Formats: sequence, structure tokens, C-alpha cells
Amino acid sequence: MLSAFLQFLISGVTVGAIYALCGLGFSIIYNASHVINFAQGEFIMIGAMTAVSLVEAGVPMPLAILLAILVTMAVGVLLEKLAVEPARKASVTTLIIITIGASIFLRGLAQEVWDKNFHKMDPFSGDTPINLFGAVLMPQTLWVLGTALLVILLLAWFFNRTLEGKAMLATSFNPLAAQLMGINTKRVLMLSFGLSAALGAVGGIVITPITFTAYDNGIMLGLKGFSAAVLGGLGNGFGAVAGGLIVGIAEAMAAGYLSSAYKDAVAFVIILLVLVFLPNGLFGRKGTERV
Amino acid sequence: MSGLSRWAGLGALAIFLAALPQALPNNYYVDVAVLACFNAIICVGLNLLIGYAGQISLGHAGFFGLGAYASAVLVNSYGWPPLLALLAGAAIVGLMAFAIARPVLKLKGHYLAMATLGIGIIISIVINTEAGITGGPDGIAAGPFSIGSFKLAGERDWYWLMAGLLLATVWLATNLVDSPVGRALRALHGSEVGAEVVGVDTARYKVMVFVVSAVIASVAGSLFAHYTPQLTPTKADFFKSIELVTMVVFGGMASTFGAIVGAAFLTMLPQVLTVFEDYEPVILGGIMMGTMIFMPKGLVPTIAALFNRRRP
Repeated sequence: MLSAFLQFLISGVTVGAIYALCGLGFSIIYNASHVINFAQGEFIMIGAMTAVSLVEAGVPMPLAILLAILVTMAVGVLLEKLAVEPARKASVTTLIIITIGASIFLRGLAQEVWDKNFHKMDPFSGDTPINLFGAVLMPQTLWVLGTALLVILLLAWFFNRTLEGKAMLATSFNPLAAQLMGINTKRVLMLSFGLSAALGAVGGIVITPITFTAYDNGIMLGLKGFSAAVLGGLGNGFGAVAGGLIVGIAEAMAAGYLSSAYKDAVAFVIILLVLVFLPNGLFGRKGTERV
Repeated sequence: MSGLSRWAGLGALAIFLAALPQALPNNYYVDVAVLACFNAIICVGLNLLIGYAGQISLGHAGFFGLGAYASAVLVNSYGWPPLLALLAGAAIVGLMAFAIARPVLKLKGHYLAMATLGIGIIISIVINTEAGITGGPDGIAAGPFSIGSFKLAGERDWYWLMAGLLLATVWLATNLVDSPVGRALRALHGSEVGAEVVGVDTARYKVMVFVVSAVIASVAGSLFAHYTPQLTPTKADFFKSIELVTMVVFGGMASTFGAIVGAAFLTMLPQVLTVFEDYEPVILGGIMMGTMIFMPKGLVPTIAALFNRRRP
């Protein structure tokens, strides 16, 4: 009984960590630009697919991972420069369509660059399972959790302690005032896309030894990450992490105890309930509208 | 749009739709025209919500799918007459839309996008999973559309039905837009708080237009179930919803004829792109980004603005 529960909890926290990273990516871009980047899921896919193909080509794994993150960041920055910046003044709906167009574009490109097959990657440190109160813990799970934790701590340090991070926070509160204080908001926008792309790539790479990856893997991961971000309150970093874990755990519990077919629906049912009863997410600021 | 130019627009559309079949060499082209009519009908309804009321819906394919599956299941498994099934589907979707509209339309911007996206995905997952009722991913066949002993057969019959229905939908939509309801909706789009201050019951109008657009999608879905040989869940999924929103935005928000042009263009596009086969998603994604960057108002309003500038 307990071991089954623990098993579901482990797998829930593992995917939840990936949703959290993805949700953080949504939040960072949203803060810098009020754009919801529907191509966030594609960053996850591009990071994972690049790492896999580099490893297959014989590049040592640490180097392959580093290169994959850089490639994804380049894609993120290009996306911002070529598609988002020219449409800065457009309406929310227009920007949503642009980023959805970008995600279809990138997915199509991935299908050409690679193929439609599933790809796997070896675990980082073997696959001898660890026994934990009757539940099985794969070493890769520890990699996922450790990496996620490290990334989140690094982000917290970046936003609270570095000038660059503080500039991004300032821009999220008031872009005009930030600009008047000499912050280059265009640079902040570019940085936010690079950073979000890196987050996606890291998440995609560490989870690949557990879940495999394919050209269309980014869709659901991206939408769940978006749910995580909305659940925690858009733009709230702590909220995105909490939202990711809640979605991941709820999903794993539903798959274990209710029905695995409805696993994917869980995130969206939660999000609907939360939005109806708490329209600003769990930790969101209450919005006011200026006329 | 004044009353006169509305009738002129409607007349021009009627003449175009009546003449079109002469120009179509074979049934393949008629089929594309019928599909364009289906999409145009849904988009004219969706445009009321997105273009005029300013509320986004990323889950409209869910309503289309519900209507389609209501018809397919009621006709196929329970032997209902198609017209009755269509009405039942519309009633179910209308009630459902009414029930969810109030809490959901309280949300704004991205939160509204997320909520409608969630509703659409949940509907699509249910259709995919309840294979015992819906046939699951393999789909289900609804059979031909018949009223009494009269049976619709062949692409040309369908064309006339759908073209007529498109005209009726446009008439309904333009009527709504030119009525006090339309004025209220535009006020709402401009500034919701402002509209409330001058006494517009914004919640009521938003709910109304949401229900109308959902029912239009449902009716189109019911007919589509009979038109397609095999109805599959892909017609109700997230991508179909995105496709519909793209059609509306591409053609031009807050332009009924823009919605029709957008629907027609994006229905034909994949047919043309089959030449490029594998590159289809790349080209489609590129077009979506390109039009939104260079013509954020959409095709028809951008061209109209060009004309007006030249002819002051």
C-alpha cells in the first residue's frame, strides 16, 4: 500500500520537476514581455533531440549536453529576434498565434532535421535501482530532482543578487520606468528567451533517459508547463515550481489510482477548478484594470 | 457597417457562392469548397467571440467535436433521425456552453486562453478514451444526412446545403453585429469597465455570444459528421482549435468577411502544400508567424485600409 503510494509520488515529483522548469520558462518570458510563449515545449524537445543525436554521433555526454543547451538557447534568441520583437505592439491574441505558429514551425523543422521515431538516451549514472521503503528509485530520478533543484536555486540567486537579474525583475514590474532608469529592455527580452530556452533544454535532457523523446514530445509537456505556470499565478516563480509539482503529483496519483487514460486530463481539470475559484492562480497577484 | 452595405456584401457573397460551382472542374474541388464552407461557418461564429467581443477561445474545436459526435452516436448507435440528432447536439452544446460561460468568461487574457484550451483538451481526451461510445481513435461513421426520404448525396448537394447555411450564418452574424447587441459587444471589446460604467451588462452579452458561437460550431459539427465518411477525434483536438483561431485572425478580426476569406484560404493551403508534403508544417507555421508580424490586423482589414488610403 505504502510502497505503491511512494512509487506514484516518486514518478509524480519527477515529471513535476520538469513541468516546474517549463513553467518557470513561461513565467520568465511572461514577466519580461507579457508574451505567453507557446513554443516553450519545443525548447524541451529541441534540447533533448540535440543531446541525443550528439551522443549518438559519439560526442562525450557532458559536452553533448552543454552543446544542446547552447543550440536551444540560440533557437530561443532567434525566435525572439525574428518573430516576437517585430510584433511587440500587437495584441495578446496576435502574439499567441505567433508563438503557436513558431511551435508548429519548429516541430516541422525537427521532423525534417531528425525523424518521427522515438529516441532514447542512456541514464547518466547506470540503472541499478535503489530500494526505498519498497518503492523503486532509479538513479536518473535523483539526477532530475538534483538538477531541477540546482537550476531553481541558481535562478533565485540570479534574480535576487545579480544586476542582470534585478534588471529583468524591474522590467517585469514596469517596463517604462525600467527603461528610464537605463535598463536595456530589449536586451532583457532577448535574455528572457535565452534563459527560458536553456531551462527547457535542461529539463528535456535530464528527463529523456526516463521518458524517451520524439519530435512531437514538446506539445503536451509545454501545455502542462503552461498549466503549472497559470496554476501558480502567471509570472510568479515560486508559484510555477509549486504548480509544476502539484500537476505532476496529481497526474501520477490519478494514473495510479483512477485511470491512466485520463492522466493527461488531470492537469486541465485542476487548472479549470483553480481558475474558476481563484481566477489569479494559487499565488498570483490580484489584477486591477485601468480604464 | 451600414444597413445598405451589409446587404450589398451579403448579395455579393450569394452571387459568388452561386457562381463558384461552375468554375470547379471536378468533385475534388467541390469537396474542398464544401470543407471551406464548414470552416467558414464556424469561423463566422467564432469571430463574433474573438473579433467583436474580444474574448479568445482556444477550445472551439471541442464544441465542433461535441456536435459531430452527438450526431454520429445518436444516429449510428441509437437510430435517431439526423435532424433530431443535430438539434439534440446543438441543445447539449448550448446548455454546456451556457453553464461554463459565466465562470470562464470572468477570466481575462491568458487565463481565459488557458481555460478554453483546457476545456477543449478535456473534451478531446474524453472522445479519444470512451471508445465504447465514440469508437476511440478509429472513429465512427454517421451515415448520410437524410430528412424523411430525402437523402443528401454527392459533393454538389452538400455544396448547396453548406453554401446556403453559410449565407444564413453571415446574415445572422451581421444582423447581430449591427444590432444594439453588437454595439454593446464592441464597447466591451474597447473597455470592459468602461462598458459596465455606461450600463452594459457585459457578463450577459459575453455569455450570449459565447453560446451562439458554440452552437454554430456544434451545428457545423453535426453536419460534418454526416459529410465525412469516418469521423475521428482529430477533428475535436487542440490543433483544430488553433486552426480555427488562426483562420479568424488571418482573415481579419472583427470582419465577418475576413473570417470567410481566412477560412477559405487556410482550407485550400494544405491542399496546395501537399506538393511539399513533409514541409507542410514548416510552411504553415511560417505563414502563421509572417501574417501576424506583417499584418497584425489580418488580411481583409489590411487590404481595405490600403484601398481607403488610395481613395480618400
